[in-house]
Amino acid sequence: MSTLAPHFRTVMVNTLPLEVLEHIFSSITTDKDRNSISLVSKTWNEAERCCRKNVFIGNCYAVSPSILIRRFPDIRSVNIKGKPHFADFDLVPEGWGAYFYPWVVTMATAYPFLEEIRLKRMVVCDESLELISKSFKNFKVLVLQSCEGFTTDGLAAIAANCRNLRELDLGESEVEDLSGHWLSHFPDSCTSLVSLNIACLASEVSFSALERLVARSPHLRTLRLNRAVSIEKLPKLLRHASQLVEFGTGSYSADTQADVSEVFVNVSQAFSGCNKLKGLSGFWEAAPAYFPTIYPVHSKLTSLNLSYATVEIPDLGKLISHCHNLQRLWVLDYVEDSGLEEIANSCKELQELRVFPSDPFAPGPNVSLTEQGLVAVSVGCPKLQSVLYFCRQMTNDALVTIARNRPYMIRFRLCIIEPQTPDYSTLEPLDTGFGAIVQHCKELRRLSLSGLLTDRVFEYIGVHAKKLEMLSLAFAGDSDLGLHYVLSGCESLRKLEIRDCPFGDEALLANAAKLETMRSLWMSNCSVSFEACKLLAQKLPGLNVEVIDERGHPDTRPESCPVEKLYVYRTVSGRRFDTPGFVWIIDEDPSSTPYSNGNRSLASA
Amino acid sequence: MECVMAHEKDLNLKATELRLGLPGTEDESDKEIVSNFTNNKKRTLPEDEDCQSNSNSNDKTPPTAKAQIVGWPPVRSNRKNSFPSKKAETESGMYVKVSMDGAPYLRKIDLKMYRCYPELLKALEKMFKLSIGEYSEREGYKGSEFAPAYEDKDGDLMLVGDVPFEMFLSSCKRLRIMKGSEAKGLGCGI
Repeated sequence: MSTLAPHFRTVMVNTLPLEVLEHIFSSITTDKDRNSISLVSKTWNEAERCCRKNVFIGNCYAVSPSILIRRFPDIRSVNIKGKPHFADFDLVPEGWGAYFYPWVVTMATAYPFLEEIRLKRMVVCDESLELISKSFKNFKVLVLQSCEGFTTDGLAAIAANCRNLRELDLGESEVEDLSGHWLSHFPDSCTSLVSLNIACLASEVSFSALERLVARSPHLRTLRLNRAVSIEKLPKLLRHASQLVEFGTGSYSADTQADVSEVFVNVSQAFSGCNKLKGLSGFWEAAPAYFPTIYPVHSKLTSLNLSYATVEIPDLGKLISHCHNLQRLWVLDYVEDSGLEEIANSCKELQELRVFPSDPFAPGPNVSLTEQGLVAVSVGCPKLQSVLYFCRQMTNDALVTIARNRPYMIRFRLCIIEPQTPDYSTLEPLDTGFGAIVQHCKELRRLSLSGLLTDRVFEYIGVHAKKLEMLSLAFAGDSDLGLHYVLSGCESLRKLEIRDCPFGDEALLANAAKLETMRSLWMSNCSVSFEACKLLAQKLPGLNVEVIDERGHPDTRPESCPVEKLYVYRTVSGRRFDTPGFVWIIDEDPSSTPYSNGNRSLASA
Repeated sequence: MECVMAHEKDLNLKATELRLGLPGTEDESDKEIVSNFTNNKKRTLPEDEDCQSNSNSNDKTPPTAKAQIVGWPPVRSNRKNSFPSKKAETESGMYVKVSMDGAPYLRKIDLKMYRCYPELLKALEKMFKLSIGEYSEREGYKGSEFAPAYEDKDGDLMLVGDVPFEMFLSSCKRLRIMKGSEAKGLGCGI
């Protein structure tokens, strides 16, 4: 630190007018940087908050709508996440919360210039959608990832009223499909669409309306059709949208009336006109006979999602191995080890691989996919950094090989389908293998474990996984020591989700303070007692401690009895009041009712 | 704390068990035998025996041979339902329309219910109260005034019985019971 004019420096900062600071800050866009800036000084905090345009809220209950609008007066883009990740697997009972309505009501008056709303795992009702469509004159982007609670009527309102709509992405939301006519509500004057994703809709949308919409959207880059669109309809759409970059193909199978060879020719021709096409998805009922229609574009593809296509080897392997520029591949385990070996040889740009189970509930392997496939890809693909792999067997050696070959792995999620499966060749736990992963992959940010695991693996994780932000555990560990290793060792940990592990009160209470540095902790079917939950809430008023228990009031069981589910998260808005009957939020003030549900009464709703 | 798994066994008795059955025929409870060794050492904490905490998870799972654990494997529900179309057919049945010349309305029949042509034809005879007679390769359904025909994937009208039953099942889109006089071209006797 030089001693050159410290006085000069101080004067500079304090005399820069706010507008100048704001102007400088406007070029700083990431949330992380923005958050850092706002902590420098009061002046900077003030300047930053006045000109912040985008806000990301990782947990909708960590803050409230009123706090949001109080701090940031002029937001144009909001990104909010609701339910915890395990809600994807039906572990969060329906009615838990994450309602978007209170947010839109507040923002409707506070942010008339709001342009973008991106939500994940939230409950969105038709009224919310109508309010969006009527309150924000310049509304451009609506992304609803894994949301629920709305119908096609709500979509009709968005289509009809958002004159400058650029993006409508329904992600993998659950939509009540009342009719396909909502699409016809897009007025003829709407020509601004850049991205349309309706893949999750079950019933047919009006095809002629869709065709006309696509034809008048010259900027359309992403179009993801739903399953109801059969392959013979594609040429009509692609003709109007040859500039597409991402395309979701619909079922990719023909109606029974169709002439197969004619369809084949038309679709191939349509694809050969798509010079910018980089990503394909859909393929719900794809038949191998139609795969060659993709050949005009397959060498340009960087992203391919075949995870709904029940196509098997060798057609599957043949198709994928022609895609030399593939960076992202999602596929079913029908690809088998042999397919993955082919991919390892041909797809040298591969960064992300996801292999999903074709029959998750089959008692034994229904396809020949083992640890070998993953090893092959790890060895053969130098850029591989993100893995999601479902399989039925694994060895420590395989994991060590993977770790050694891919030290720049960022996301590693392995699901061995049968819980507590050991290394099948040595019958040992997989501690060593996963230990190697965290030891070699120093940039690892996300990790999901499975198989037979003792406390030892958590010791490795605590020692090595310093950049780990999200950890998912199931049926793992022996004792509280495991949880303790993780909470005390993983410095960057933000999200921890645990199910069916023998972790309990000791580790949790000993590391209570850690929870305030994290976004959230989920524990279900573990051994955390109600008593410990109360202690935790008392110790840390900055946390909401939610007990989710469908067996009824916690009072009906002894205090030492483990709770069904526990969700702990930090918050600046205090406890919420929209809880259903099976959620108890423990108040930190022991003098008031020690725990309450909904409206501070002991009676459940 | 116990995990809800149907295959909780104490010892590896299955491996040494003498039973009748061809090698390679597994019964459903033939699971990860090895993991059970360690399974018992863990997860029994004293308080679990006292309270009812385990009963709730047992209540959730239906009493099948392999109890499915809630939310496991961690696959989103939209992925669980979309596999594979082959399976869907066997579960939901293969209903096709059946028309009879002269009848005012059509019927529907589930082709999956029948294992061979005679069964199918008998069902049709019952449904429409007529007799179709026996099939012969050369002469079709000689001797009856009705001939069963079907529309295949290409939209062509075919006589029922020419191709193996499995092939018929996969190509039949709808059935039509034709009057013998119209079925001349299909090989029916007059």
